[in-house]
Order: sequence, then C-alpha cells, then structure tokens
Amino acid sequence: MSKTTVFYENHKNLDAKLIDFGGFEMPVQYAGIKREHNAVRNAAGLFDVSHMGEFFVTGPSALELIQHVTINDASKLKVGKAQYTAMCYEDGGIVDDLLVYKLAEEEYMLVVNAANIEKDWEWITKNNSVGAELENRSEDIALLAIQGPDAPAILQKVTEKNLDDISFYSFDIGDVAGESDVIISATGYTGEKGYELYIDTTKCDAPVIWDALLKVGRASGLEPAGLGARDTLRLEMGLALYGNDITKETHPLEARLGWLTKFDKGDFIGKDALLKKKESGLSRKLMGFEIDEPRAVPRKGYSITDESEKEIGFVTSGSQSITLGKGIGMGYIAKEHANEGDTIYIKIRKKLVPATVVKPPFIKK
Amino acid sequence: MNIPKDLKYTPEHEWVRDNGDGTVTIGITDFAQGELGDIVFVELEPEGEEFDKDDVFGTVEAVKTVSELYAPLSGEIAEINEELEDDPELVNNDPYGDGWMVKFTVSDKSELESLLTADKYEEIVG
Repeated sequence: MSKTTVFYENHKNLDAKLIDFGGFEMPVQYAGIKREHNAVRNAAGLFDVSHMGEFFVTGPSALELIQHVTINDASKLKVGKAQYTAMCYEDGGIVDDLLVYKLAEEEYMLVVNAANIEKDWEWITKNNSVGAELENRSEDIALLAIQGPDAPAILQKVTEKNLDDISFYSFDIGDVAGESDVIISATGYTGEKGYELYIDTTKCDAPVIWDALLKVGRASGLEPAGLGARDTLRLEMGLALYGNDITKETHPLEARLGWLTKFDKGDFIGKDALLKKKESGLSRKLMGFEIDEPRAVPRKGYSITDESEKEIGFVTSGSQSITLGKGIGMGYIAKEHANEGDTIYIKIRKKLVPATVVKPPFIKK
Repeated sequence: MNIPKDLKYTPEHEWVRDNGDGTVTIGITDFAQGELGDIVFVELEPEGEEFDKDDVFGTVEAVKTVSELYAPLSGEIAEINEELEDDPELVNNDPYGDGWMVKFTVSDKSELESLLTADKYEEIVG
C-alpha cells in the first residue's frame, strides 16, 4: 500500500496521473510532461516533493555526527545555509545524496531521497556513536518546489519575506500564504531559479499554500508539474538521480562529485576507500552524451560501446531532451572514451547509434 | 476511457479496424497513449515487410518510456502513417483517427476472431 502526501486531494482535483514512486503515490504528470517542462523553463512550475525525507539532528554532537556520515564539510555551513553532500559506505559506494540545512547552532535538517528514507535512517542511527539527537520527521514535513524564471515573483506575492535576500543555497523561515514557520529555501532540481518550501503539517494547513501559489501564479503561466517533468528537467542540467546515476555500486569521484569530497575535513565514513581510489586513478567516469541523429532516445540500462561494438559502459539516465529536441543521457564510460568530444555508441535495440560525450549541463543557464 | 465499439483490441493495448477489403488499420488505444504520455516519435518497419502475429513491427518512444508495437495478426505492412514522422503527437491527440500507425494486408482472416471485443478490452483496462 503506497503512502500519499498531504496534497493528494489537490492532485486528484487536477486530474493528475499518479504512480508509485519510492513507496508514495505521486503525480507523474498533470497536463503532460512537455507542457510542464516548458512551463518551468519559460515561466514556472509547482511540484509536490513531499515524499522526500527529513531528519533533524540536534544537540552538542550534531555536527560531529554529520561530519562523520557525510563527505562534504558541514563545519563550513553557517546558520541559514544549505549544503549538497552525500553519504558513503566504508567502501566508498554511495548511500544517498542529500542536503544539509543548518537551522541554528547545534540544529540541522537532512533532506534525503524518498526511496532511501528507511535505509538512511538505519545507517545514520547505526553510526551515531557520538550520541546526537535524531528525529525522523519525514511524515510531518511537506515539501513544495516552485521553479522557473517567474517563480520568485509568484512566491513573493504570498510571502512578506523579501526573497531577494535569500541567495542560492540559503533559506529563511517565515509565513507563506498565511501559514507560519515555512522554510523558504533557494534550492531546486531543475536548473531554474526557484524555491523549495518545507512545511510542518503539524502546524500548517499545507494545501492552503499549494492552492494560493496556483491561484496567484496561473496568470504568469505557473503550472502544476509532476515527477516526469522533474526528471527531464534535472537530466538537462546533468543532476544525478539516486538509483540511476549514483548507487551503492558507484562512488562520488567517478560520479563527478569529487567537488563534494573534502578529504581535508577529518575522518568520515568512506574516506580511506575514496583516497585509495583517488590515488589509483579512475577506471570510468559518469559523463553526459548527446545523440546527434533524430529519432533515437537513450534509456537507462542501454549499453555504451566503441565503434567495434565492444562494451565500454552503460546508460544510467536517458530521455528526449524537451528543450534541445534530441536524445540526451548520462552513463558510466571507460576513462579512455570519456573525454568531451569523444564519439561513443549507444545500443538502442538492434542499432548502434553514435553519440558525442559532453560534460553536463546539457543546457547552459 | 474512450474505447470505440466498432474496433477490435489486443491485450497489448492496440486497436484493429477491419477495413473489409482484406486490410486492417492498426493503432494504439487511448489508454495506451495516456500511459505513455507525450510521444516523441514512432518508428515503423517499412511497407512490404511481413510479420507473424506478435512480431514487433515498430516502436513508440515517449518522453518517459519506450514501448514496442506487436503485430495483432499476421500480415504484410501495406501502408504506414507518414504523418507520424513529423507529427507524432497525433497519437496522443487522436489515437483512433489521425494517430493510426499502419495498415496490414491480412494473411489469415481467422486471426481477426482471436482479437478482443471492446467490452472485453474494457475489462482489461478496468
């Protein structure tokens, strides 16, 4: 039995197509992926991403725990800032990618992928030898994302907080549509300007916020947008998706997340394995590729080969780029074929289709 | 759910119209186009190709996913819908009309009887 979010009735009323995603019944689309995708690129889209998990880490040893389980340096975080990071296993394989918010001194919120909530919770509690206070508030916290060039103007209509003061990867806490203590975070997964709103459903009537945003935004072209558009938007930006592009079988260095991996911050889980991998050199790399011929769409799981059809990798995400009108994808490619401009071949059913290796993002913002 | 009574159906969500001249027209159902979402192209085997029932005669690529087309009965492709090359969204907008995919010259008319009626198909998609 799938769980639903607090916005379930809103989705039903909008005739959303619902699918199971990470154990949640979620809207995959409303009017159609293309229309929603274009709305986000040209105006704005409103996403329900309440399936994401939220863990609160508090107390004098909160930072120590976060430093131990994540690879980025959370000690650099100031109150009011968010940080993208990942958790690794001892062997360097990725447990999950996540955001860390510093809400106050000794008070953090970790935002994890829906499908990983249970696994991550177990992992963090198991590694909490320093005795930080932990609370899994995933069920209480609703999350909306409003994304697109017009998102700031639309959100500004329903909040007194001056959104210009919230820079990228920062947040503030305030009223939205009359509901209090909403975390207004300048983050997202689309490459566009926008915000993510964390709403405590034990204090707020979250659907009021959904309705208010759609009401004030419709005239500017705001559309409700589903997970389908979320996926095509994030792929165009080359943003990794856990379960596709990053898994426990992959590590941050080959996933082009080396910039997150702060070897100089002190000990963390996976550090030794990652250092060894760094010293011995990478055998493969997560890269993007574009298919130049029309009518060829790469998909997760397809083989990547050289011109003699020798396998040199595999596709981890692929789709038709709605913005570019051609097939794009990401995949792990053997190092000697993973340079920008290299020609690789994607095996699409019986055909070998040439593609060019590129460094994402596929569209420049 | 739009399931015209005068058509026959397959469990793979295709429809078949008996043109009464030894040919049938084949497409995908309204349910199928809805499940696939925005279709970005339809790849069809060329005219003159012969197929046994259940052979793959084409592929539908949507933004989100890909789906194969299975011959609902044995025959030869007599005509393909050229309009779909430039306008694949016809399948989304008019699955039983302008979004048709191929015409088959039927090699064994008795196979027509193995297809599902509209009522039976409706039970499948519920």
